[in-house]
Amino acid sequence: MPRPFTPKVVTANALLEGDVVYLKADDGWTRRIEEAELIEDEAIADIRLLDAQRRGSEVVGAYLADAKAGPNGPEPVHFREAFRTRGPSNYNHGKQEGA
Amino acid sequence: MYSYTDFDEAFVRERVAQFRAQVERRIDGSLTEDEFKPLRLMNGLYLQLHAYMLRVAIPYGTLNGRQMRQLAMIARRWDKGYGHFTTRQNIQFNWPELRDVPDMLDALADVQMHAIQTSGNTIRNVTADHFAGAAEDEVADPRPVAELIRQWSTDHPEFQFLPRKFKVAVTGSPDDRAVTAAHDIGLRIVRNEEGQIGYRVLVGGGLGRTPMIGKVLNDFVSEADLLPYLEAIVAVYNLLGRRDNKYKARIKITVHENGIEDIAARVDEEFTRRKSLFSGVDQEMLTAIRAQFAPPAFEAPQTAAFDLAFAENPVFRSFVDTNTAAHRAPGYAIVTVSLKAHGKTPGDATAAQMEVLADLAERYGHDELRISHEQNVILPHVAKRHLPAIHAALSTAGLATANVGLVSDIIACPGMDYCALATARSIPVAQQIATRFDELKLEHDIGALKIKISGCINACGHHHVGHIGILGLDRAGVENYQITLGGDGGPDAVIGERTGPGFAYDQIVPAIERLVYAYLDLREDREETFLETYRRLGMEPFKAALYEDEEARADAA
Ligand code: SF4
Repeated sequence: MPRPFTPKVVTANALLEGDVVYLKADDGWTRRIEEAELIEDEAIADIRLLDAQRRGSEVVGAYLADAKAGPNGPEPVHFREAFRTRGPSNYNHGKQEGA
Repeated sequence: MYSYTDFDEAFVRERVAQFRAQVERRIDGSLTEDEFKPLRLMNGLYLQLHAYMLRVAIPYGTLNGRQMRQLAMIARRWDKGYGHFTTRQNIQFNWPELRDVPDMLDALADVQMHAIQTSGNTIRNVTADHFAGAAEDEVADPRPVAELIRQWSTDHPEFQFLPRKFKVAVTGSPDDRAVTAAHDIGLRIVRNEEGQIGYRVLVGGGLGRTPMIGKVLNDFVSEADLLPYLEAIVAVYNLLGRRDNKYKARIKITVHENGIEDIAARVDEEFTRRKSLFSGVDQEMLTAIRAQFAPPAFEAPQTAAFDLAFAENPVFRSFVDTNTAAHRAPGYAIVTVSLKAHGKTPGDATAAQMEVLADLAERYGHDELRISHEQNVILPHVAKRHLPAIHAALSTAGLATANVGLVSDIIACPGMDYCALATARSIPVAQQIATRFDELKLEHDIGALKIKISGCINACGHHHVGHIGILGLDRAGVENYQITLGGDGGPDAVIGERTGPGFAYDQIVPAIERLVYAYLDLREDREETFLETYRRLGMEPFKAALYEDEEARADAA
């Protein structure tokens, strides 16, 4: 039996700052995972990723990350992705700095 | 014999100018990431979890005050006001923006520094003891020969396509501080019965996925024979090393698969062939290099001020006892400045702290600083009469933590707080262990204990050679920490042994605490260190301390 598809977000790092970004439904990039497009369909996810990978002058290293629906929008599943939404744990740097 | 090239200012500037153009072309879209990535990596620029990271080489870990001050300026201007000193004697800046990197590289070139990374399957940076030229127990300064090897291997036409990267370390002291047994080739400077200087040659050490301790290939190679002998080793490896599997390509596997005797025989044969091709130019070069590493002019000992402070000030006394080492010149000391203040990130220094270190080196330390692979900063040549002033200045800057070699002097790689390859965090584990033992006020009672933490199997935190090693892994989407015991990076290097199942993130600090309490119960007296106790008793009592409670609890549940 094929495994059920886990919802995904398209994520990457911004070319200029290196900051973590997510693909929105309107094709824009956001720095906040809550604003990302949560993709529930595998075929669509693959297409969205291909689109993102073509935008190499905006972002670097686009990939699909597991995510789940939360009250405010998509949330990370794996701890690595959770760290990417915040920043390092030893300083208040990265995204959490402005939050 | 092969003639040498060297990094010079013009070369570095040209590389910066090239990279500046490449960055512009990347930003305007004319270079793709696939094209740009190898170029940025060659220039020390990595893309990590949250940002870019610029890695700057510090050859032999040696810096002067002006260079340290420039690192502070770079940290302040283009980063977030700090830098991270790594276990490979580099400094990393964690938050540069792509557009600024060429300016950062130019600022480095202003002080003869660069971020150029030797890459590919070649002979990489040669490392040496961070107490080189200062240690009392030193047979000879290892840096001249390390520099000779660097010059010989740079662009060596025969060795540009080895089966895998190749690392060499040199120590001049019996108390091996350069972890030579964990390198492809480790050299230990020794004196034979006739009083001649030579090299004990170890081969096939390395950490990472398949950790191995180097084996002695030759007990004594004379100085004149060293380069042809090294060339013979690398030539044998070049032919024999496996190219079919990246994980089996390092010389440690070649040695493991063929046996040390077989390798030794092949090297001897190759050496005979090569020896005659060396005309002795290398020995002339070595003499010239040696002059560049001449020790500073040491003053006659005047220690009255030191003796007084030592007698009267217990905080100063503790600092001296813990953070200084014996110097070869009478009346001098080697000062290790701990970058491991309790609860802080191991290896991080703020721009202001770097400036204090630069000032101290210039005023009191013959303008010399070293970075150790244990992520501390060293003032290698300090007259003892200046120690009270140095200690006072360090205290004001938050740099006087007296914990060198103790439980809170932890090596930790960046782990999943920064590193894109990580499988778990290491920095907060180090912070919590240090904070915990500081609260318990047990640190000095516990004595010598090296804890080393890596955030993945690549072992940048050298966990295999920690007395207590911690390896962070991802187990089914949860951080999990494996413990190894009995590792040792010293002269009789040993790879630590795994205790058993790993511990969750919130269980690892209590687990370490149980281990340390077990040691305090088990040791014969205060003189017996953790490592000695472990060697005497073996794994069992420590394992019991780690797991028995858990089992009892599981049974009860
Ligand atoms: S050991 Fe792993 S996590 Fe740590 S710095 Fe090296 S590659 Fe990164």
